[in-house]
Amino acid sequence: MSFHPNDVARRSRAAAWMSAGLIVFLVGAFFRTQILRNQQWVLQSEENRLREVPIAAPRGMIFDRKGKIIAENVVGYTVSVLAQSEDSLRSTLKRLSGTIQLTPPQQEQAVRRYRRAPTRPTAILNDASFDVVSVLEEHRVDFPSLIIMSAPKRFYPDGPAVLPFVGFVNEINETELSQPQFSGYKAGQIIGKQGLEKEYESVLHGREGSRFVEVDARGRIVREQGAQEKKPAQAGSLQTNIDLDLQLYMANVFADSLVGGAVAMDPNNGEVLALYSNPSYDPNKFIGGVSVAYYDSLRNNPKRPLYNKALQGLYPPGSTWKLATAVMGLEEGVATMDTHMPQACNGYYYFGNRAWHCWEKGGHGSLDLTGAIAKSCDVYFYQLGLKLGLSRLVAGGVQLGFAGKAGIDLPEEMKPRFPDKLQYFDEKYGPRNWSGGSMAMNISIGQGDNSQSILNMARFYTALATDGTAAKPEIVRRRPERTKLMTLTPKQLDDLRQAMAGVTQAGGTAASAALSGGVTLAGKTGTAQVYALTASKQCDHAWFVGFAPVEKPRIVVAVMLECGGHGYLAARVASAIIGKYLGVPTMLNIQTEG
Amino acid sequence: MARQKVNVDWPLVTAALILSLYGIAIVYSAGQTDIPIAGYIRNAWKQQLIWFLLGLGGAYAMSRASIRMLEWMAIPMYAFTTLLLVLLPFIGKGAGTAASVKSWLVIGGVRLGQPSELAKLTVVLMLGKILASSKDPPKSFVDLWKPALVVGVPWLLIMAQPDLGTGIVFVGIFFAMLFWSGISWRLLLLLASPVVSLILTVSTKLWGAWFLLLLALVIWYKPYLWEGVFLVAANVVMGVLAPILWERLEPYQQNRLRVFLDPSVDPRRSGYHVIQSQVAIGSGGWFGKGYTQGTQKRLAFLPEQHTDFIFSVLGEELGFLGVVVALMLFLTLFLRIIKISERANDSFSSLVAFGLLASWFVHVIVNVSMTLNLMPITGIPLPFFSYGGSFMLASWLAVGILVRVAHEGRGGKHGPFAI
Repeated sequence: MSFHPNDVARRSRAAAWMSAGLIVFLVGAFFRTQILRNQQWVLQSEENRLREVPIAAPRGMIFDRKGKIIAENVVGYTVSVLAQSEDSLRSTLKRLSGTIQLTPPQQEQAVRRYRRAPTRPTAILNDASFDVVSVLEEHRVDFPSLIIMSAPKRFYPDGPAVLPFVGFVNEINETELSQPQFSGYKAGQIIGKQGLEKEYESVLHGREGSRFVEVDARGRIVREQGAQEKKPAQAGSLQTNIDLDLQLYMANVFADSLVGGAVAMDPNNGEVLALYSNPSYDPNKFIGGVSVAYYDSLRNNPKRPLYNKALQGLYPPGSTWKLATAVMGLEEGVATMDTHMPQACNGYYYFGNRAWHCWEKGGHGSLDLTGAIAKSCDVYFYQLGLKLGLSRLVAGGVQLGFAGKAGIDLPEEMKPRFPDKLQYFDEKYGPRNWSGGSMAMNISIGQGDNSQSILNMARFYTALATDGTAAKPEIVRRRPERTKLMTLTPKQLDDLRQAMAGVTQAGGTAASAALSGGVTLAGKTGTAQVYALTASKQCDHAWFVGFAPVEKPRIVVAVMLECGGHGYLAARVASAIIGKYLGVPTMLNIQTEG
Repeated sequence: MARQKVNVDWPLVTAALILSLYGIAIVYSAGQTDIPIAGYIRNAWKQQLIWFLLGLGGAYAMSRASIRMLEWMAIPMYAFTTLLLVLLPFIGKGAGTAASVKSWLVIGGVRLGQPSELAKLTVVLMLGKILASSKDPPKSFVDLWKPALVVGVPWLLIMAQPDLGTGIVFVGIFFAMLFWSGISWRLLLLLASPVVSLILTVSTKLWGAWFLLLLALVIWYKPYLWEGVFLVAANVVMGVLAPILWERLEPYQQNRLRVFLDPSVDPRRSGYHVIQSQVAIGSGGWFGKGYTQGTQKRLAFLPEQHTDFIFSVLGEELGFLGVVVALMLFLTLFLRIIKISERANDSFSSLVAFGLLASWFVHVIVNVSMTLNLMPITGIPLPFFSYGGSFMLASWLAVGILVRVAHEGRGGKHGPFAI
C-alpha cells in the first residue's frame, strides 16, 4: 500500500471529514424528527397509548307541575371492551361468555356496535347488574381490555303509568346517526326514543365527558386515567304541566280491564294534566336494551300496548262530535237551542228510501237542541246535518280543527282523518253530487270519514268549556297558545254547556256518571260502532268528553275505551278522573258491571 | 516475552467505556415495560454487563499480543472462521425473530455466538495482511482478485444465511480498506459502479443517467480495454439482474425495501416497526420522556427495543440531547481510530485499525439511519448498545487490538481532528 505519510494524512483527513459529515447529517436528521416535527410525533405517540373513554352525561330530570319526579337518573353499570379489531372483539366476547351470561344476540349486537364506532369502547352490557359487575371485577386480570364503568341510568319511578307521555331512552341507531338533527352524536350514545324524551332531546341531552385509559400495543388497558378527565355536564331539567297524582290515578282507573286512552287538560291554558294509554308497559325495561322476550310479549299482546291510544289511535268520534254539528248549526243560525226539527224522533228517520235508525229504538219524541244533546238523539242531528249540508259540515269541521293535529309537544300525535274539502269525496268514491246526501247525515253524528284522536277531541272541548277558544295542548310549561274556533255568543256557549250538563243528569246518556258535592259534570257520550282491530270483531268504542265544573270549567277530560260498550262507561271513567282532580267523589264505583 | 507496559490510548478506551456503560443503561431501560415481557429481555442488561466484563478481559489480552503475532495468526484464524461459516448451514441455529437465519453456532445446546461476528475481525486481519503485502496499492481490477476473494468467500457464505445486514458490513470493510490502502478513487468508483447500478434500477431514468456518467468515467480513466468492457458489461448485467434478484429475495426482505420507500404501504405489519420507531424518537423532543419512561417502549409499540431498535429507546427517553451525546461519542471513537490508523507503525496495523473503524462505522450509520427510516431495515446491531454477547465481546477485542496498534504506533498530535 501507499504508505507515504503525506498520502496517509490526506486519506486520514478525507476519512475524518466523511465520518464527521455523516454523523452531522444524522444529528440534523434527528433534529428534524425530534425538534422540528416533535408535535406530530408526540400526537401520534399519545394516540398510540391513550384511548378516550366517553363518560355518559346524566340526562335532564323531568318533573311534574308540583316538582314530583317523573324521570330521574340512578347509578347503573356499563361493561365495554376496547377492541383492536373485530376478531379480537369476538374472541373477547367468546371468553366473556364463559364467565358471565352473554347471549348470542347480545354478542352480535356488540359486534354491530363495534362496526359503527371502532375507536370508541364497544358496549357489551349497557345495564349490567351489580352481580355481573362483581364477577367481572374478580376476573379483571383475564380481560385486560374490559372497561367497567358506573354510568347514570334513566329511571322512571312510575314506569308504566307515565310511559304514554314520557316515552323512554335508548341507544342511538344507525338511521338516527345519519339524520341531521343528530349530527353531533356518536354511536353508543343514549337518546330519547319516544314521548317527551324524544321531543325534548336537545334539552335533556347532557354534554358527554371523557377520560383516558392507557393501552399497550395490543389494546390491553395498562392503567386508568392516562390524562385529565373531562367531567360530563348534566342537562337542564324539564318542568311539565303533568299532575303526577292525577296521572297515577288515571292509570289506576284503567287498571287491567279497560283498553283505551284518556287525556286531561286545563281548558283555560291548554296545560295537559294527564295523558294515558292502556295497557301500558314499563319503560325501565327498555333502558340498556329491551329483552327479546319482553318485547315479543308486548308485540304479541292483542291489546297492543306499544300503540299509544291517546295520541296515535284514531277512532270515529261518534256522538261526541254532535257538539261540532250543534256549534255549526248555531253559528249558521239554522238552529237555536230551542229549535225542534221537522220530524220528531220515533226511532228512525226516512231518507233516500232507507230508514236511518236512532240509537234509541223507541224514539225520543220531539226534542229541542238542548234535549237532543242530553239524549244524543241521532234523528235530530240527521236533520240538522241535512239542513247544514255536507259542504258546510266539512268546512266547519276543518274550521273547528278536526282536520289537523292538536299540536301537542309529543312526537307521536297522529293527524286525524277528516275530509279537508268536498273534493275529498270525489277523489275517494268517485265524482257525484255529495251535497245534502247520506254522507252529511253520517258526518253529523260523528260517523263516516271521520277519525279523531282522543287528544284532538279533548282540545275541541276546551273551546266549548271556555269562550270558544281552543287551547293548544302543552305538556311542558310554557306560554299558552289559544285559537278562536267558533263565533258563538257567551250565552250560546253557556246554553251548550248547560245542554251538556244534561248528559249527566237524570234522563241524560251518562246520568250514572254524575259527580257529587254539587259539582256538575258536563260532557257528551259517544258510542262508535266499529270493526276493532284489537278485538278482531265488530264492537262499540265508548267515548266521553266532558268538563267540570260546568259554571267555570277547570278540567277537560276525554276518554275512549276500545270496545268499551256504551259511552256512559267512558263517562264514568272520566267522571272519576275529574272527581279526583276537583276533589269530589263520583256517584258510582267506576268499575263496570260486566 | 518479558512483561512490558502497554501505553493505553485513553481517549479511545474512554469513549468505548462510556459507550458501553451508556449502552448497558439503555439495555436496562429496554427491559422496563408496563406489560409482561420475556424474562431474558428484562434481565438482558445483566447478561450484557457480564459480556462487557468478559470483553474488557479480552481487550486486555488482545492488547498484550503483538501486531506481528496477529499478522501471523491471520491466516489460520481466517481459515477457521471460513470453515465455521461453511459448516454453519449444517450445525447452525436460528434465534428469536430471525429463526430461519442459521447464524448461531450451537454446541451441546449452548449458543456460543455468531461466527459472523468473528468473521468481521478475521476478514479485517486477512485483508490487512493481503493489502499490506504488496508494495503498491491495487492499480487495476486484476490486482484486486486476492482482496476480492478474501472478502468474497465469507461474504457469500453470510449472504447465503441469509444475513443481508452483516453482508453490507463486509462490503463496507472491503471498500474502506481499499481506500485506506491508497487505491485510486476512480478505480474505487468504478468498482462500486455495479452496486450503484443495482440500487439505481429502481428508476430507469436514474439508471440511464448513471450509465452515461459511467461511460464518461471509463473514457476519461482509460482502463485496459477488457476492463472497460467488463465494467460496462457488469453494469448492464446488474440492471438486468436487479428484477431477478428482487424475485429471489425473501418476502420479508422485499417488504422491508418497499416499506423503506413508503412506510405507509403496510402500516400494520412491515411498516409498523419503522413508523413506531419514528414515533418513539420524534416524541422524545429535546430532553426525552425520562430514563425508562418511554411510553412507546413501555407499552410495546416499539419492536426489538433491546436489539435493533435500541437507539429509538434512547431517542424517546433521553431526547435529542441523549442522541447527540451518543453520536458525539461515536464520532470521537471514529476520529480517534482514524488517528490511530494514521500513526500506525506499519501498513498492516494501519489497515487493520481502519478496517475495524469501517466495521463500526457501517454498523452505526446503517443502524441509526434505520431508526429514522433513512435506510431500509437490515437488522444490524448498534455497537456497544444492542443487546448481544458476541458482538459486545468482538467489539472489545477490537478495542484491544486498536490499543495495541496505538501502542506500537507513533505518538504526537497532528492531523485534522487531533484529540
